[in-house]
Amino acid sequence: MRRYVLLRTLSIVPALLGVSVAVFLLVRLIPGTVVDQMVGTEGSYSEESMRALRAFFGLDAPIHVQYARWLGAVLRGDLGTSWRTGMPVVQMIVSRLEVTVELTLAAMLVALAVGVPLGMLSARRENTGLDHLVRLVSLFSLSVPVFWQASMLILAVSLWLNWAPAVDFVSLTRDPLRNLAIIALPGLALGTAVAAVFMRMTRSSVLEVMRQDYVRTARAKGVAEPGVLWRHALKNSLIPLITVAGVQMGYLLGGAVITEEVFTLPGVGRLLLWAVFQRDYPLVQGTILFISALFMLSNLLVDLLYAYVDPRIRYG
Amino acid sequence: MAEATRRPVLGNALVLFGTGIIAAMVLLAAFASVVAPYDPTDMKVADALKRPSLAHPFGTDRFGRDVLSRTIHGSRIALGVAISSIGIALVVGTALGLLGGYRGGTTDLVIGRAMDVLFSFPTLILAIGIAAMLGPGLDNAALAIAVVYAPLFSRVVRGPVIAERAKEYAVAALGLGAGGFRVVFRHILPNVLAPLIVQASVSLAYAILTEAALSYLGLGTQPPAPSWGTMLNEGRTYLETAPWMSIFPGLAIMLAVLGFNLLGDGLRSALDPQLRGR
Repeated sequence: MRRYVLLRTLSIVPALLGVSVAVFLLVRLIPGTVVDQMVGTEGSYSEESMRALRAFFGLDAPIHVQYARWLGAVLRGDLGTSWRTGMPVVQMIVSRLEVTVELTLAAMLVALAVGVPLGMLSARRENTGLDHLVRLVSLFSLSVPVFWQASMLILAVSLWLNWAPAVDFVSLTRDPLRNLAIIALPGLALGTAVAAVFMRMTRSSVLEVMRQDYVRTARAKGVAEPGVLWRHALKNSLIPLITVAGVQMGYLLGGAVITEEVFTLPGVGRLLLWAVFQRDYPLVQGTILFISALFMLSNLLVDLLYAYVDPRIRYG
Repeated sequence: MAEATRRPVLGNALVLFGTGIIAAMVLLAAFASVVAPYDPTDMKVADALKRPSLAHPFGTDRFGRDVLSRTIHGSRIALGVAISSIGIALVVGTALGLLGGYRGGTTDLVIGRAMDVLFSFPTLILAIGIAAMLGPGLDNAALAIAVVYAPLFSRVVRGPVIAERAKEYAVAALGLGAGGFRVVFRHILPNVLAPLIVQASVSLAYAILTEAALSYLGLGTQPPAPSWGTMLNEGRTYLETAPWMSIFPGLAIMLAVLGFNLLGDGLRSALDPQLRGR
């Protein structure tokens, strides 16, 4: 197991390097250079001033030197400085991390709590009216844009419950109840969008396991159907769900951007959008790199968890 | 392959229903100018924020523009962006997957690693990053979506190509003097078409959602063009006073995505014998 953990953890290094190259090149997609973009709307600059600005941002060096300098800084925990606020990018991200992490975890909980029982129910009642209904609802759910679902949720609670989502975010440690009241609706909106994926995966996985020989043996021994399902089928059928959870983290992190925007939550996703519209390129670069690294780390954790749960992986 | 799959595909109710939705949408998009009762960009401030009525079945927006006409014309943008972006992703991704899978070695390694890097980003984050750097707009949004989804096609094709390349018929074709290009396109590609078709259908659904998301965030289609995402963005401020501005474009997105999802689902179970009857 230790060897597997070490190898899998090390395997993230080349992937992270690749992502860093892509994020670095992303800013080079801008027509002209960032300096041209920056001064373009702010009057005319002499060639000397432009050269000085390019030198200030390190754009006068060859591209591989620029990358090496940037990567060196990133490895020291320095993602640069925001052009608009003058604050370190890392500091800006960390100050908004709680919202995004909390929203993502809340959505994951909602997705699991809704998707897994529905998937099991659907498999248990395979090819019945209930099964068809659950599958149809899940197909509809997969087709709804998360931002529309969020808007409709806001509309529903404001019309029926006469309640408006809070504007100011309060930390979980400062006021847990108020925090939960704020995060519940966005978590529900984002989570139900992913619940359908869990539902479909659980259904097909349970159906697969229920056809295995050991389940037939359990039935032949006289184990009652609920016992077969809960004691024999459930554990094994939940293993593939761990992988799905890892993949869905990417969707949730992307969805968090848009959910934070709809509910005006001050998270990392909304910071990214703000940076995009302010043309704050170091902040855009830093935020995208940070979110992607978070995604890769969560996938690493999922893989390690998978190996822990399923011995075939670590000895394979 | 075509003979073996024709009956299950046509007999599948999901495929038929999905195809029906898509066909209706394509017709609406093609004849939008004829079907839509008003010009989608025509402003009549006196008619601003009118509730749904006989004259305006989906109501009007803050500039008095007819929401029904804008929703109908929105299908052109949604379909146009989805088809063009997934078309590019399909061609580029498939070519890379074929190349990597067929050549193997360093070529496969380099292509594989590049695709892995793109997979390491959450999809929407990468699309936002590319669209933001290229600048807001329809074409750039389509390009961003193409880049994001191309790796999916590459991955779908690569595995089967490696398997097919080793089979006797491919080796025999090479032995008979057929060139690598001919073997790949004439013999191997038709054998990986089934998973490609399924992937394309599902990706079209994703592409519609991604375009709507980018436009909603202000990075895709720019006003006054009637994109569903842009319409939802404009409706945000009026969610409680004029909810029809948000309800109908959202329903349109849902229906379009549902159509492609149903088609993809139906095709998958029809083309994959293991899933039949599930």
